[in-house]
Amino acid sequence: MVQKNPVLDFFSHLILIIGVVVVFFPIYVTFIGSTQTATQIMTSNPISLLPGNNFLESYRLALFGGKTEAGASIGAAGPMMLISLSSALIIAIGKIAISLLSAFAIVYFRFPAKNLVFWMVFVTLMLPVEVRIGPTYEVVASLGMLNTMQGLTVPLIASATATFLFRQFFLTVPDELVEAARMDGAGPMRFFKDVLLPLSKTSMAALFVIQFIYGWNQYLWPLLVTTDERMYPIVMGIKRLIFGEVYVEWNVVMATAILAMLPPAIVVILMQKWFVKGLVDTEK
Amino acid sequence: MASIQLHNVVKKYGKGKQELQVIHGVSAEIADREFVVIVGPSGCGKSTLLRMVAGLEEISAGEISIGGRVVNELEPAERDIAMVFQNYALYPHMSVFDNMAYGLKIRKMPIAEIKQRVDKAAGILELGHLLDRKPRQLSGGQRQRVAMGRAIVRQPQVFLFDEPLSNLDAKLRVQTRLEIQKLHRELGITSLFVTHDQVEAMTLAQRMIVMNAGRMEQFGTPEEVYNRPATTFVASFMGSPPMNLLKHGPNVDFGGNAGAIMGIRPEHLHIGPTGWAVQVDTLEMLGAERLVYCRFGDEFLIVRTDESQATPEIGATIHVAPRTDRLHWFDAVTGKRLA
Repeated sequence: MVQKNPVLDFFSHLILIIGVVVVFFPIYVTFIGSTQTATQIMTSNPISLLPGNNFLESYRLALFGGKTEAGASIGAAGPMMLISLSSALIIAIGKIAISLLSAFAIVYFRFPAKNLVFWMVFVTLMLPVEVRIGPTYEVVASLGMLNTMQGLTVPLIASATATFLFRQFFLTVPDELVEAARMDGAGPMRFFKDVLLPLSKTSMAALFVIQFIYGWNQYLWPLLVTTDERMYPIVMGIKRLIFGEVYVEWNVVMATAILAMLPPAIVVILMQKWFVKGLVDTEK
Repeated sequence: MASIQLHNVVKKYGKGKQELQVIHGVSAEIADREFVVIVGPSGCGKSTLLRMVAGLEEISAGEISIGGRVVNELEPAERDIAMVFQNYALYPHMSVFDNMAYGLKIRKMPIAEIKQRVDKAAGILELGHLLDRKPRQLSGGQRQRVAMGRAIVRQPQVFLFDEPLSNLDAKLRVQTRLEIQKLHRELGITSLFVTHDQVEAMTLAQRMIVMNAGRMEQFGTPEEVYNRPATTFVASFMGSPPMNLLKHGPNVDFGGNAGAIMGIRPEHLHIGPTGWAVQVDTLEMLGAERLVYCRFGDEFLIVRTDESQATPEIGATIHVAPRTDRLHWFDAVTGKRLA
């Protein structure tokens, strides 16, 4: 429905602008904080909304670590971001790869107890990591995967959501296409590679964005399985910066928060076109 | 090139109590280079039969051979056939060229030969300028031609068509029908063509199989099927409007065929001074011809006339005389043709 109504236009824009301000303002404050010195932040109440001139120093400290003026030592965020990036990538790509294959099996093959298998996968939707955290920790620990990249990622890879999404997508692929491929002599894996994968590109992109952010934002699980500082992801790093009760280098905390926000934001911005396409498009 | 033999082909779905038999033993012999149309109403099993020949459905019992080779256990790709689907089934993400070349690529044919074959097929189907397009950028008729091109490049022994014209508009359908005929003349590949449209069947078929409820009712040339229908089903299915079938009718002389069903095509009834007295119920003007729907006792009679005859008025009583040499007789119980 397309309506041209100036009053309606005004109000819808107003609501959208309020929404943007509500979302954007905290980010703005964070950024402003990161450009000021710790003393400036501590002494001004409320915090000044104008940028200070400590930008480079805050971000240098956040990224590479070192001693602050007040003598506190800051851990470098750079390596933590690398850990976060690799684990988020492994989680997102792993989830997509595994769900594609399991959905392929569920939709295109007849095997005993097929429905049971599907429902078992489906039921795990109700069992996210937080619910099964005890037993999962036990398994990871006894496999000796504490403080390893595998321990950080593998338990988060299995995904009913993605399997379900791909299953729904595969169900919409016309049977005739499968039959045409059979006539052309394409075996199951050939069909998967040549027909299904290219058709799933947009869904894969959409899932990648969602799962990358999911992987990046993990906090509870890394908290449990990592005790070695070298394996800390950035989200834990932020928390660890707020160590003292009295004195916190807020400018560095803010800078780290901004840095932690950047990679997911870049992923969303780069993949936006594909992401939207994947959610709304059915190009067949 | 190859002939196709169907020997007592049966299709069943389900098991035990839920078993449902949809094809009840069809036997037919399709000669090399022949164009055979399978025609019948929806749900008569014609597509299932074709899909069994294609290898997309398992054969529950009986035997299908292509070119003298029993194919029951062969994968579709091993049967040396090509199929054109109702919804074209083009790969949406591939260009027209890749769509046509895909089957050849899988067979690991040299690129040069693939290119040559696709170019040739594209030439025949006038697709040369569209080879780089994606299917979604094509019109329905063009997609249809790509689907046929994909079948042609394989140079198969048999073409299978599953209602390939049903998604085209009326004008394009006639045009594509002619193209398919031309194609068959040029390539001479044995073809099986499924349709529910009797006009398609009459115009395309060298011989046709008329199916009803999983059984083959008749297998013959269009002339045979039209002029000597084997059963009352064929008589009423082929021809528009259908053949009149009378069980009794007031003052109708059934001669030696008492108790049988009399069939007479609407064009073999003539309005005149003598004959059966019928009452005009409805009139339909179709341009060159007109159809007169009459009440004849408690039965209905359709008469086809043209402009050379005066149009009767609705409600009037008129006399129609059948051409006695064009009467058909069917058994009242089995519906089979008598003599």
